[in-house]
Amino acid sequence: MTMTLVEQITVGSGGAASIEFTGIPQDGKDLKILVSARSETNSGDIMAYLNGDKTSGDFSRVLLKGNGGSVFSQDSSGANYLLINNGATESGDTANTFSSLEIYIPNYAGSQNKSISVNNVGENNATSSDISIYAAIWADTSAVTSFEIELNDDFAEHTTASLYIIS
Amino acid sequence: MSETPVKVVVDLSKPKGQRESIIELTQAEIDEREVMATEAEAQRLVDEQAKADAEATRQSGLDKLIALGLTEAEALALVGA
Repeated sequence: MTMTLVEQITVGSGGAASIEFTGIPQDGKDLKILVSARSETNSGDIMAYLNGDKTSGDFSRVLLKGNGGSVFSQDSSGANYLLINNGATESGDTANTFSSLEIYIPNYAGSQNKSISVNNVGENNATSSDISIYAAIWADTSAVTSFEIELNDDFAEHTTASLYIIS
Repeated sequence: MSETPVKVVVDLSKPKGQRESIIELTQAEIDEREVMATEAEAQRLVDEQAKADAEATRQSGLDKLIALGLTEAEALALVGA
């Protein structure tokens, strides 16, 4: 097994509403995206899209989350995106800290529905800080050629996103 | 700093060093983003309510166990701290 960093990008000054990888090479087996993110505002929920699909309602997910004080689980379906709660550290959290988010898509170039697993850890030196895992599916058989993450507001400067192909 | 939100697009079909573009969002994209943000906020509120409901159910169960005579430590050991 070989894991190859295809590209890493860093958000510059002024921030960015979204980060999108297009033209993803189709010669790999699995796709892994690592994100270290911070929001410019107090809203850190990330919306993830595949192949620019923002309307089909083909995303479903099950999540398990703990925040230091309680645990929480939920399932949902029919969404137009994969919602990753607190995928980015929020502006009210400890200064100069960024989340650690991993998104894994096995068999991304195949012709089956695409399963997605997500691990996310917020970063906040306080009583409450989220850790969560997601099992999700994009009910579409198309090969994944693009991947996008978006915030309600902007990703802060120094947010990074790295795309790896595992072959 | 630009007033118009921007997106970072990385075209992996291009050679390294030529992949990254910073593009201002179109008005349609800004409108779409606002719709998505509204949806996400609604989903967040649903999540928060479900979380609050789960916590209330947990506390109710804990209170009932204590009313039955268990110590708080015993009740917490049963339901998880």
